[in-house]
Amino acid sequence: MIVFWRKIYAKHDNVKAYTLLSPALILVILAMAVPMALMLSFSMFTQVSMMEIDYTFTFQRYIDFFQKNLLVTLLIKSIKISFLVTLITLITAYPVCYYIAFYVKKNKMLWLVLLTLPFWTSYLLRVFSWKIILGTKGVINSSLINAGILSEPLTFLMYSQTAVVITLTHAWAAFALLPLYVSLEKIDFSFIEAGRDLGLSRFEVFWKITFPLSLPGVIGAILIIFIPTVGDYVTPALLGGTDGRMLSNMIQAYFGKINNMPLGAASATIMLTTVVLITIIVSNVTKRLTQRLT
Amino acid sequence: MNNSFIQINNISKHFADVKAVDDVSVEIKEGEFFSLLGPSGCGKTTLLRLLAGFEYPTSGNLLIDGTDITALPPDKRPTNMVFQNYAIFPHLNVEKNIQFGLRKLGLSNDEIDKRVKDVLSSVKLEGYEERFSNQLSGGQRQRVALARALVRQPKVLLLDEPLGALDKKLRDEMQLELRTLQKNIGITFVFVTHDQQEAISMSDRVAVMNDGKIQQLSVPNELYKNPENIFVSDFIGETNFLKAETKSSDGEFINVSIEGLGEFKIKNNLNIAANSSDVVCSVRPESMMISKVKSDWDICLDAKICQTSYLGEMTRFYVEAKGIDKIITVSSQHFDNQSFENNECFISMSLEDISLLNKK
Amino acid sequence: MNEKNSTLLIYTLLYFGFLYVPVLFLPIFSFNDANYMSFPLAGFTTEHYEEMWSKRNLHKALWASIKVGVVASVVSTTIALFAAKAFARYKFRGEKISYGGIMMPFLIPEIILAVAILVIWVNLGFKLGLVPVTIGHTLFCTPFAMLILIARIEGFDFSLEEASRDLGENAWGTFFRVSFPLYLPGIVAALLLSFIISFDEFILAFFLTGSDATLPMYMWGQMRFVQKLPHVLALGAVIIVFTTFIVLLALWLRNVGQGKAKKDIAIKL
Repeated sequence: MIVFWRKIYAKHDNVKAYTLLSPALILVILAMAVPMALMLSFSMFTQVSMMEIDYTFTFQRYIDFFQKNLLVTLLIKSIKISFLVTLITLITAYPVCYYIAFYVKKNKMLWLVLLTLPFWTSYLLRVFSWKIILGTKGVINSSLINAGILSEPLTFLMYSQTAVVITLTHAWAAFALLPLYVSLEKIDFSFIEAGRDLGLSRFEVFWKITFPLSLPGVIGAILIIFIPTVGDYVTPALLGGTDGRMLSNMIQAYFGKINNMPLGAASATIMLTTVVLITIIVSNVTKRLTQRLT
Repeated sequence: MNNSFIQINNISKHFADVKAVDDVSVEIKEGEFFSLLGPSGCGKTTLLRLLAGFEYPTSGNLLIDGTDITALPPDKRPTNMVFQNYAIFPHLNVEKNIQFGLRKLGLSNDEIDKRVKDVLSSVKLEGYEERFSNQLSGGQRQRVALARALVRQPKVLLLDEPLGALDKKLRDEMQLELRTLQKNIGITFVFVTHDQQEAISMSDRVAVMNDGKIQQLSVPNELYKNPENIFVSDFIGETNFLKAETKSSDGEFINVSIEGLGEFKIKNNLNIAANSSDVVCSVRPESMMISKVKSDWDICLDAKICQTSYLGEMTRFYVEAKGIDKIITVSSQHFDNQSFENNECFISMSLEDISLLNKK
Repeated sequence: MNEKNSTLLIYTLLYFGFLYVPVLFLPIFSFNDANYMSFPLAGFTTEHYEEMWSKRNLHKALWASIKVGVVASVVSTTIALFAAKAFARYKFRGEKISYGGIMMPFLIPEIILAVAILVIWVNLGFKLGLVPVTIGHTLFCTPFAMLILIARIEGFDFSLEEASRDLGENAWGTFFRVSFPLYLPGIVAALLLSFIISFDEFILAFFLTGSDATLPMYMWGQMRFVQKLPHVLALGAVIIVFTTFIVLLALWLRNVGQGKAKKDIAIKL
């Protein structure tokens, strides 16, 4: 009998793998998949009153969402802000990765560790710190006023979309840095040298050789920044004001003060769908771009 | 002595749609130094791992000393393996590495100590007990791996290209040491290598493998002198292949027409069909002779030297011979690259050094 | 790889400044004797730090965060260890899907996770509190611990495990005598980093703690009040120092005994 089971177990790598994998899969299914399925079905209900929920299935919540100007605006704004943050973070972080990948010879690890260290501190604290820096009585304004450069504080720096974008560009920089660095590091410097040797200018070498080869890292960075940013709550809540408010703030309200769980669930589902769609589009575009490369 | 100490019966191992080992059957004798030889991907390592228990056969079974071990996990088999990269535990010193497998044998502490001491002296590593893996050279690690496996006194020792990472001189020394060691302890060795010189010099018998199948299983002399097919002929030592066609058969001999050379009577060891063009003749470079004057051998041809490779102990000549449309390799210990002015020479071969093989 | 590029170097250093300055301001201003964070500094004081000893709510929140953090990190690291072994060691059908599935909590906006767990928890009739937070944190930390452990296991020489089996040890023996000792630095690193992630995590706690605050929740509450500002700064500064220390320790451990330091840092996508 034992021999029989031994044979089966020994024969199948699949069995061994899934035995090891089962706790993780169970966790994900019970703590994520099932709740999300429930959330999805909740988005089909109606909040009749403070305590009562009507459990008949309806798509009305989704119609409600798209009819509410505010919600649609917030969705678009969230996407817009995320897009901006992604772009700016990428552009500002790229040169740094480039430098470390190609110009640092010793202790590359040290540079990377130092670069990513700030991001291990609490996100909440970092956002708070930006609040201090950008505020009307904050570091930037008080220094500029004291130095005589300004007579009045710059108000657009706080409680605005600008504040949100600046803070988020800082918040997600590390996540952009790592995949970018990894793909840049893989590029053989001799490609670049060959390009110069063949007469291309520095810029041409970058645009035609380096950048395309770093695309996988760029795409990775894009997804890593974009996805969490769309759903960010803390930054808009602490320093977005009205102008910088994003969809998650509204979702939180639906689960809190406003108490309309179904609508909140629907909004969350819509946010998730948007994120998934954009991921799929970006992945497919990447595939086509990288196919042309290889 | 048990002539089928290890029985490998119709063993196959498939990985997805790749047949790594394809219906192989072998019987290995007790106390034999048996080698599995072949290029990478031929299945030799897979076969070894099947013996060790790290792979489970798709079909077939394995017996050692009469017991069916097919379903046994590696820790329950009477085999021990010396790994290609030695697999010395980095967190244990040499002594603890060697003792590692003795825990489960239920020996007393005194016995364990004695065994460890003995095996360390047989691999000439006395005094190295406290060292760790990163304080040892490649050759020393290899000996620790050997000691660790031998100390358990297995019925069969499996060696997976153990000398591959060593430099040439060390490798040659170790080859001799392993051979001597094996003869002294008398354990059956199954040795995997891609180096045909190594296999031929160390083994009692060699199984040449390719594409998951055994191409030929013989003692080293036979492999060299009488290869049974093109693969073995090409793999073991060097050879020249000549286009040929068989004509009529004549008892033990057969008439063969060799490109550009004419018709000759060759010994037909492999029972090759008559009137076939699916054949080839093979002649080894060292059995041919290069000379400045015509010789009286069976075949002697005018030739022109295209290239030479001076190897110190011998020289290889790459020649164009009259009538043959490819470059022929002849090796000589007599002449060297300085010997022939204006590259003109004669090459000679003897009929009994020409092998007839099927074009697979 | 020959010339130096000073423009890039300067830019890089400036960028470093951009990254570090906001983080460094907290400790700087925590010693400031004023309620506003402006230059010039008013005066040096440690009163904001001394204050922390007396705040009972702070202590409660700290203790809650530690409890949640320890449980979440231990459970997620254990689960991740087995999962990492499966991915690093075996090729099996459904590998990519399983991998994607387990990495999912990492790849979607956290708020969606928070909302989903909230919905099911409340509808199952359970009260909000530290338990759902712990579950959420475990879910969130697992993919992360798994990444660390996969990198560690992939750098591990499997023939060591085979050698152990060959020498007579069964699977459990092999794990305890060979694999575990060699994985240990990686495991500790994963534990520490998961703990930090849980310790600092806000959104899941925000939605799921109800009235039992974790430390980030406590800080959130304090951030609303201007007078409490310095208090938050002091607390923040302490947290920053603490987490930095633990992270450095974890990163060092992660590379102990491994040659391939560079590969370890790659986040595989």
